[in-house]
Amino acid sequence: MQISAKRTKKSQENSAFRDTKQLVLRILLYVILALLSVLFLFPILWIMISAFKPAGELFAWPPTLLPQNPTITNFSDAMARGDFLQYFGNTTFSTLVATAFTVVINVMSGYVFAKYRFRFQTALFAMVLATLMVPLEVIMIPIFQVIVATNLFNSLWGIIIPAVASPTSVFLVRQYYQTIPDEFMEAARIDGASEFRIFLQVMLPIAKPIIAVLCIISFMWRWNDFLWPMLVIQSRHLYTIQLALANYSGEFNVDWNSLLAMSSISMVPVIVVFVALQKHIIGGMISGGVKG
Amino acid sequence: MKNLQMRMFPYLMLLPMMIIFTLYLFWPALNGVWISLHSWDGLNPMAFLGLTNYTQLLDDRNFTRAFSGTMIFTAITVPSIYVTSLALAIMLTRKIKAAGLFRAIFYWPTMVSSIIVGLSWRFLLGESFGLVNFVITSFGFEPVRWVTNANMALFTIAFVTTWSLAGYYMVMLIAGLKSISETYYEAAEIDGANFWQQFFFITLPLLRPMSLLVLVLSTVTVVRSFPLILALTGGGPAGATRFMVQQIHETGFSRLQMGYASAMAVVLFGVLAILTIVQFRLNRGGEQDAN
Repeated sequence: MQISAKRTKKSQENSAFRDTKQLVLRILLYVILALLSVLFLFPILWIMISAFKPAGELFAWPPTLLPQNPTITNFSDAMARGDFLQYFGNTTFSTLVATAFTVVINVMSGYVFAKYRFRFQTALFAMVLATLMVPLEVIMIPIFQVIVATNLFNSLWGIIIPAVASPTSVFLVRQYYQTIPDEFMEAARIDGASEFRIFLQVMLPIAKPIIAVLCIISFMWRWNDFLWPMLVIQSRHLYTIQLALANYSGEFNVDWNSLLAMSSISMVPVIVVFVALQKHIIGGMISGGVKG
Repeated sequence: MKNLQMRMFPYLMLLPMMIIFTLYLFWPALNGVWISLHSWDGLNPMAFLGLTNYTQLLDDRNFTRAFSGTMIFTAITVPSIYVTSLALAIMLTRKIKAAGLFRAIFYWPTMVSSIIVGLSWRFLLGESFGLVNFVITSFGFEPVRWVTNANMALFTIAFVTTWSLAGYYMVMLIAGLKSISETYYEAAEIDGANFWQQFFFITLPLLRPMSLLVLVLSTVTVVRSFPLILALTGGGPAGATRFMVQQIHETGFSRLQMGYASAMAVVLFGVLAILTIVQFRLNRGGEQDAN
């Protein structure tokens, strides 16, 4: 009796000690997470805050944390120069059109890979897989020749067309359609619908969730892409935002006021999409396995 | 008729994608190898050289510097990304409150364009005007030359690259961690295994397939780094952070040595292919050891 009482007491002390230790560890974990959150959020927040500082305050020493005289002159100056709106328009146009094409072409391909059996299917799918091995960086030089030959050099279509086919998207769509039973197609076939009509009227509407994922991935990638515009675009009036930011930041005297304002505005659509669709984005990116 | 339509349908559906892949991927890829055997300025007819471009690469100080720079950068950055994303993933799978919020915060930098990531850190780390050096000097230390000191610049871009990519791989590792059955940990708990023992004997081995995927994907991404570095250091100081993609681009488009640049690109492709194969091999070897 006595022994067991002693043992209980001891184990109680032990567990009390463990509980305190657990609590301390727990608090420490939250502190670390909070500090890391600052590290991950602050850099972008800082350029957005700084974009509201007047030229004199931007490089004031000691720096001010919040703008003492918040102003929107950086934004209005960037706008007034006229070219920024042009860049914004170019980026919006190429992003939206490219996203539409990306969805159409990759849904078509992913659909037949999932739902049809045809000759050379394995070989064709292997070709799609093989494209993952050849990133744009590797074919920068020879692609230039093709861009020129197909009349896409220095044209927004040159950013749009060559990159609409994406192996990642084909995988995602194929995966999605594999979970959908063939009965839908069979029923329509018995009704005498053509294959094309089955796709358009029966199978396409079912794919809405995956189409949404493709739209988000494509939008994010196109909006932020730098390499394709750099290779294809030469004239200033066709610059996308990223291209303009990169070129202006490479100048000898960097105009930080305009750069910060431009960067901030260009991130607004990304922030809106991310905040609204954060769960789908993180889920979608991962099921894709690869970025881009 | 119906039958023919049915037989042709898949090919018709695949046609647009295949045309684009052929025209803008397979053809240039093969053509790139062909161009690499020539001397070509992009305008005048190509002159056949054989393997001269490749032998010349070995003696090219600029190229060997870019090549070894890329390798060193990758060797620093990939482990840094892996450790960071794994640490974040482990913290976020510890039954904490607001895990979803933290996950979104850590994932957020991957949404930002590489150019803006580079610019925002360049602004923050500005040597005479940046906030970070202000904090450092206000504690009485010397300002740090984040991007104008060659060694420091390498670590700066490694850090910023980690910052911008860790969240992406973190989410993959969270998925990997969640697929490990709780029963292993419960059994270990009963046997009195502490956190680190559980980590080394349960988590790491069972996370292996996902770790491999993360290592391969991050390696292939890091070797190709370019826009972020361009915006952060511009390849400087004095070419210390000028890596292979930038070297290929400058050689091809600024110096108009398309053949020579193509040879570099073929080397880059070889590096990517070898790294991928090696990492898969290493893992398979490890699996056999474990069995």
